[in-house]
Amino acid sequence: METFLDLGGRVAVVTGGARGIGAEICRLLHSLGACIATMDLNREGVEALAAELSAKGPKAAGYGVNVADPAQVEAAAEAVLKDFGKVDVLVNNAGITRDNVLIRMTDEAWDLVLNVHLKGTFLMTRAFARPMLRARKGAIVNMASVVGIMGNAGQANYSAAKGGIIALTKTSAKEFAGRGIRVNAVAPGYIATDMTAAMSQEARDAMLKVVPLGRPGTVSDVASAVAFLASDRAGYITGQVLQVCGGMLM
Amino acid sequence: MAEENVKEKVVDIICKLLEVPREKVTMEARYAEDLGADSLDTAELVLEFEDVFKISVPEDAEGRIRTVGETVKFIEEELAKKKAMAS
Repeated sequence: METFLDLGGRVAVVTGGARGIGAEICRLLHSLGACIATMDLNREGVEALAAELSAKGPKAAGYGVNVADPAQVEAAAEAVLKDFGKVDVLVNNAGITRDNVLIRMTDEAWDLVLNVHLKGTFLMTRAFARPMLRARKGAIVNMASVVGIMGNAGQANYSAAKGGIIALTKTSAKEFAGRGIRVNAVAPGYIATDMTAAMSQEARDAMLKVVPLGRPGTVSDVASAVAFLASDRAGYITGQVLQVCGGMLM
Repeated sequence: MAEENVKEKVVDIICKLLEVPREKVTMEARYAEDLGADSLDTAELVLEFEDVFKISVPEDAEGRIRTVGETVKFIEEELAKKKAMAS
């Protein structure tokens, strides 16, 4: 049976695949037929996921990579090309938070969050765009956030990084469009993950009040949007930010 | 690498990447004006030259290289420098 979304024969690179949204993206893209190369600081985590996926379908491999480190990213790109021969899809998902009100935010918290999200997305795009440019084909999906559009008290570093990712998405979409490479972003709202579970109950209640659909999003809600943008079904979509936020931002 | 060889390889790479016929790729041909290359094309060419000839092209050199002939000359000089360092 032909399915609506088919990624059979594609190779997808997913960063931050050890848990949460990234792990769900790996599972979904894999279930749609894609081979998965996933990277994370947590090497054991992605290796375990890759072993689980490989056992029941297309090839998958995990790599221990700090996406903020140029040398590690270059080495990872080489390893993936050697192991898989090509790259069709890149999902820049790796991220962390170090929340604090702006006047109490340390330089380290600012640099760390900006480096992992924004510099990491830049480094990965630079390294993996090359095989896509050669192939004149590819899809890149960057993980943004609604706070990158609307801001969020206590997240100066995170929201600035996500806003930067949106601008980076649009610029790379313009640079690569003539080469058959599409670049889009997904902007989740309040999603139930380990990352949001760390928030206070009060903060979570306050967030739910502003979500018209009245529930937190799931990792599967986000992964579905990523899978769509990564597939040929989104063939005429580039430079866009798809919000997956239950209507929180309209 | 012999001189003719560098020239041949450079022309090969340009033809393939820019999808232009061989006769257009003269030593005097300018990338933008004569071969229709945009900035991403030239960036891709630089990466390809770096890979194939195992040299590194500094950013300031990119601005100085405007024609196919200048490219061949630059690569030959870099290869000569490398050879001199190795011996």
